[in-house]
Amino acid sequence: MSRSKTAVLMLLSGLSIVLFFILNLLLGSVSIPVGSIIDILLGRGADNMIWTNIIMKSRLPQSLTAAMAGAGLAVSGLLMQTVFRNPLAGPSVLGISSGASLGVAFVVLLSGSIGGVALSKLGVIGEVTITFSAIFGSLLIMALIAFVAGKVRGNVTLLIMGVMIGYIANAIIGVLKFFSAEEDIRAYVIWGLGSFARVSGGQTMVFIILMCVLLPMSFFLIKTLNLLLLGDSYARNLGLNIKRARLLVIASSGILVAVVTAYCGPVVFLGLAVPHICRGLFQTSNHAVILPASMLGGASLALLCNLIARLPGFEGALPVNSVTALIGAPVVMWVLFDKRRNEV
Amino acid sequence: MKGQYKETIRVDNLVTGYRSKKGDIVITRDINAALYSGELTCLLGPNGAGKSTLLKTLTAFLPPIAGSITVESKLLSEYTDAKLAKVIGVVLTERLNINNMTVKELVGMGRSPYTGFWGRMSEYDRMVVNESISLVNIGNLRDRMIQTLSDGERQKVMIAKSLAQETPVIFLDEPTAFLDYPSKVEIMQLLQRLAREKNKTVFLSTHDLELALQIADRVWLIDKPHGVTIGTPEDLALNGDMSRYFRRDGVIFDMESGLFKICHELNGSVCLNGTGPRFNMVRKALARRGIYAAPDGRKDITIDTSGENYNINGHSVTSIAQLLDRVDRLLLKNNV
Repeated sequence: MSRSKTAVLMLLSGLSIVLFFILNLLLGSVSIPVGSIIDILLGRGADNMIWTNIIMKSRLPQSLTAAMAGAGLAVSGLLMQTVFRNPLAGPSVLGISSGASLGVAFVVLLSGSIGGVALSKLGVIGEVTITFSAIFGSLLIMALIAFVAGKVRGNVTLLIMGVMIGYIANAIIGVLKFFSAEEDIRAYVIWGLGSFARVSGGQTMVFIILMCVLLPMSFFLIKTLNLLLLGDSYARNLGLNIKRARLLVIASSGILVAVVTAYCGPVVFLGLAVPHICRGLFQTSNHAVILPASMLGGASLALLCNLIARLPGFEGALPVNSVTALIGAPVVMWVLFDKRRNEV
Repeated sequence: MKGQYKETIRVDNLVTGYRSKKGDIVITRDINAALYSGELTCLLGPNGAGKSTLLKTLTAFLPPIAGSITVESKLLSEYTDAKLAKVIGVVLTERLNINNMTVKELVGMGRSPYTGFWGRMSEYDRMVVNESISLVNIGNLRDRMIQTLSDGERQKVMIAKSLAQETPVIFLDEPTAFLDYPSKVEIMQLLQRLAREKNKTVFLSTHDLELALQIADRVWLIDKPHGVTIGTPEDLALNGDMSRYFRRDGVIFDMESGLFKICHELNGSVCLNGTGPRFNMVRKALARRGIYAAPDGRKDITIDTSGENYNINGHSVTSIAQLLDRVDRLLLKNNV
């Protein structure tokens, strides 16, 4: 693919983000005139306080969260697919998101049975606790995976270990559910559905700042990722320290998933789908192109999914996870069918 | 020209094998050898003899059990991955599974040891890539995707990659496996040319005995009972090492041609007269049937190849197929 074509596609991805972002602000169960939205965004205030609240406290943070989470998950998926040289790898395969779930399950499910207070009723304190427990859970699992990565040689072995660790985490969650109050289980299940609207106010800012720091850091990995494409032996012969590279990539991917999952719950599919879509569209596996492309594509697709989940009629009741799969799966299939020469 | 043959790799008392918790598994012991620049050296041996283990040890993928490997007068174990990447380039036997990467990009990966943190290529890097591509004669494939290439083309791309790496030493693990015969010859000739023109030390393992014996400057024979023996193909032929290493039922080493031949069990005999290629071909065809054919063979079947057609006991036939047919019938009649 020529340079100019790549640039045009990149520009289009960027424009689609802008478009979906605006649509996310415009559309919703309450219809607000465009003029008022512009006024509210520019801080000129509007005559209707409810409109201001809807835009500033709901639609705007939700859109920003969706864009950041989508970009993070897509990059994380790309890193996983490259490091494991496996097209089915995604952010959830290594059990890192299961780790987050485990952390959340511990505090949500046990708070009721042990502390006697349902965490789901604690408001902001509850939210922060959930976020921290999710990050703690996923980092714990990630440390475990990183330890295993230093010990085993084969990629497939490591992949299987990761999947097994995920199963163990899910089993523990199952046991915890058994001993929990129904109210807490409900709260946990709702968290598990994933949502870009879960976090409120100040926490959104924290999430966005975190992602703005973490996402650009993945660019440092471009050369390493390209070398990893050649397989361990060739990469090593070209001077790459394989163990260190593998650890670095898995850690970067893991931290991204941990943060996104902590704030949005386990959002599935975007991480797996977006890299495939980008490889199909851009027809390259050069990470200098495919990494920024995945970032843009992930943000764009997440905004689109969020838009659909909030279409009038659904009233925001549609879980994001259903939409990501419903939208993402056909798109992946279309890309693969259309570009049959570019097998995975 | 003589001056350019410089020792690049020296191996002393090397023992190759795998380390495991239960103790070391030794594959080959006491290897003492050297590789020289400007030369093509072939590693020959039957399956399971330890060729791959030796290659992996020499490329530092596997630590040696004992002994030392010196590369450009420095111990191999003292090289970092990054330093070694500028001294030894490898071409592996595994089939590369990359999609959506062009030939140019892949050859460009060979410049990784020289590029900076972001992997950006300088003007010089680009020049080396282009030169490597044209040295291997794959200029027409430059913008093709790897997944659309044939096995032979992929092999050439990987050779171009190792050239772009600008290493004085190139190791290749069975570069001619999976290729058709003309491609095998092409790859071997290409490697020989690179050794000569670019003064590279080229070392490769292969199962293509005949090809290796014709093209290699030096041969390392390896197998379990005898360890490693080194020499020019001709010396190894004359002192009997070649037939010692590859002794099997039905294979003989032909001193005349310096190549291996299938040895047929002969249980018939005919008299064959004539000279030249037609004589040789008839002789070969009959040998395949287990029939000895020479001027001193049994006279009850006499074949003459000197005329325009083949003459057998007075009958004239136009092809060897017809000739064989007739010989079969005559032999059958004589036996009954």
